[in-house]
Amino acid sequence: GIPVRTTLHNSTTIQYAGLLHQPTMKARSMVQDIDPQNDDLTFLRIRSKKHEIMVAPDKDYLLIIIQNPCE
Amino acid sequence: LGHPEIFPLVFTTKTQEIFNCRVDEDVTEENCFKLIKKEDIIQDLKTRAAISDFHPVKRVVVEYPGEELLVVFDAKFHYGQNFYLVASEEAKENILKPPETAEEKEEKEEENREGTPEVHPYKPPVHKPWVSLGSEKEVEEESVKETVPKITYMISRAQGKFGAPITFTDRNASQVEDSYIECSSYQDKTFSIKMLEKDVGVQIIPKVKEASTQTKWPYPKNAATQYFPRQLSSEEKEESLSSMKLKEFLTSVHLRMEIALQQNEIMNAFFDDWKALAEDESCSGSKPNVHLKAYQSFTDLHYLKKRTIGCVCWHPAIYGIVAVSARERLYEEHVNLPDRSLLQQSVIFFLSLFDPIHPQLILECPEDIYCFQFSPSDPNIIAGGCINGQVALWDISQHEEKLQNAKTVPDGIKVTAVNTVNASVLNVLQYICPSLIQVQQTNTEPPLERYSALSSIQYSHKKTVTDIHWLPDYFEDNRTGAPLENKAEICVQLVTCSPDCSILFWDIPATKLPQQYSSEKTEEEDIFRMPSDVPHTSKHLDLCWKPLIKINLCESGINTEYGPVRISLKELHYHYKISEKVQSLDVLQLLSKDSPSTEMSISSSKTLKVLGSISTGFFVGTEVTPVFFIPLGQKHPQKYTIHTESIHTLQRSPFFKDIILSIGGQHFAIWKEGVTNGPILQSSCSTGRNTAGHWSLTRPGVFFIGRDDGNIDIWDLLKKTYEPAHLQNISNSMISFISPWIASPMQHFLAVSDDLGVLHVLEICQTLNYPLRNE
Repeated sequence: GIPVRTTLHNSTTIQYAGLLHQPTMKARSMVQDIDPQNDDLTFLRIRSKKHEIMVAPDKDYLLIIIQNPCE
Repeated sequence: LGHPEIFPLVFTTKTQEIFNCRVDEDVTEENCFKLIKKEDIIQDLKTRAAISDFHPVKRVVVEYPGEELLVVFDAKFHYGQNFYLVASEEAKENILKPPETAEEKEEKEEENREGTPEVHPYKPPVHKPWVSLGSEKEVEEESVKETVPKITYMISRAQGKFGAPITFTDRNASQVEDSYIECSSYQDKTFSIKMLEKDVGVQIIPKVKEASTQTKWPYPKNAATQYFPRQLSSEEKEESLSSMKLKEFLTSVHLRMEIALQQNEIMNAFFDDWKALAEDESCSGSKPNVHLKAYQSFTDLHYLKKRTIGCVCWHPAIYGIVAVSARERLYEEHVNLPDRSLLQQSVIFFLSLFDPIHPQLILECPEDIYCFQFSPSDPNIIAGGCINGQVALWDISQHEEKLQNAKTVPDGIKVTAVNTVNASVLNVLQYICPSLIQVQQTNTEPPLERYSALSSIQYSHKKTVTDIHWLPDYFEDNRTGAPLENKAEICVQLVTCSPDCSILFWDIPATKLPQQYSSEKTEEEDIFRMPSDVPHTSKHLDLCWKPLIKINLCESGINTEYGPVRISLKELHYHYKISEKVQSLDVLQLLSKDSPSTEMSISSSKTLKVLGSISTGFFVGTEVTPVFFIPLGQKHPQKYTIHTESIHTLQRSPFFKDIILSIGGQHFAIWKEGVTNGPILQSSCSTGRNTAGHWSLTRPGVFFIGRDDGNIDIWDLLKKTYEPAHLQNISNSMISFISPWIASPMQHFLAVSDDLGVLHVLEICQTLNYPLRNE
């Protein structure tokens, strides 16, 4: 995906945008395979040791938030 | 009646008398059986012929096979008369015997009624006489009987041939005609059965067909290559940002995202309780492990004889290099003044952890250096403050390589050799020559580096420079006094303070700024070469260096002056719109003496202005110790009297920008900016004097305090706030300086210098290194 608006450093943004598009598509197609009529991906959360990445997909756009989960 | 052998009879009394079966005398209801001999009955029949009671059963009696007949008294007239005759032996037996057993069984049954009321007593099957229903005829027809008597042949061989040997041969029966007769099956044309219904099993399987294809793939070829990521131009970005679609998307999506963020805020779903438990356990149960391991100890007989270490600083870039400044011991300072010329030259020398004996580098100082700092942007520049108030600068760029190689060649290398020999050859030398030879070949003297700039005595401090700090690279005071952003991102300014009540801002002369750290060394060497003898290019800077701004802290009314001893720099975060980096502006914090009211007069004609929305303030801590915070715009500071003696350490916590630790005398206190009524933590009077202190670099709640008896107190604010968490004795004399350093993620060092001139390098154990969760 092409970043439109970001609060991170440019290179990080591009990396996240490029890498997250594919898993989101994959997750969406998976959800639609399971229940073709009714289901669609609403939210994707990936948790790693250091960060939590949250993706909210839409037809044309993706909203990506990267958060540090440890309070 | 179903019982063809039972013949009811009427017995007259006469008959009863004859046969001794009188009712109620011989036979009773219970004892109803009477066996009468057959002969008697026949006799009776003959004598009384027609009137005999046995007349109707005469034939039966005559035909009766047995000797005795059973006559049963039928009290209840079961069979119609009061007696009955049993006509067959078997029936007689059965009647005689089973009723007995039945009676017994009935008795037993009554006993067992509670237990098994349902169990029927076993009655063996009673033989009944076979009643012919016409099946005999069928059996007769079907049975096979021989109708014709069999003809028997006897065949025997002639007598003579008995016992003779015989040969057997095979003969195929089918070849000889008439040797066998068969009845072969043939299809009978007159006979046919039509199968109207047939059970057949059916299974459905998919039709499977195998097919294969093969494509030709000569070699992999990139269809397309992307060298840089696609990006939208700014107009396109603007356009898409303002489009309706984006607005709709954001409205639809933002709720979900908010929920997720809230969830994250509320709790950490993946919190590993077991792991957290282990961390707590390892901390709580490991009291004996909390200690500082002595890693190395340095002392130098040459330069540190009868001297103490004034200040210790780790080299920020090179692992294992620590710089130490030597100075007179405090109590000796005034005594030995006349002997000063005889004493050795004041130096700062560099020690390497790998070479505890020889200093790696020695910097020559005009006077004893009280404190010094490496420049944060270029570790080759060192600024130091002397005890006579001057400020000196050193540039050790040309020794940088040597310091780095100190790691691989612990015995030290000649200075000249370094600059001319390649690093690879150096390594070869190292491996080939034994270390002993190398020692002989090297200089016994480590290289000496002279200061490259020295401030003018006239404009320096009048008293000892007690604290010196580099201003961070994005902050530059210019002549007008307003803080400016420094775009060059290198440290160019110093601030010093001294008990002569002034704070000076120094600007490093432009010619001295190296462009990049050790990459343009050749260029620099052209500009200002530093042979070990005379700095000829920067000679003009000697004794001419002037401070940029001078701030006098003096009190207007009572005329007492402040003697600032320590400066602490504060960082304010201020976001610039253009650059992406978060820029901070420093705020000077000075510690100043107490006095009811103060006024700051600034020697330069301009007052320090406030840049935009940044407020700068001063935190001042002085000889007599109250701690002040003076915001720059105002003139009225707030003062706090906590420490009874001079403060010697004022430091911001590396984790919280507004928490300041001040240590002095017998107290220490932790302050928070904005909290104006006092320190947030204040220690009680401790028995000894605290002489040095430092925050821990990795754990927010830990700091080290050195005492005058050579002990180090490790305070862990999360464990106990009333006493140190751990005490350790390092040396016999007073601790003069503490400096922690993170050399590698596993090794954290604490350099502790004491009054005897010994530098102890201690390794901080892991419990003191790794912060606990949520610390």
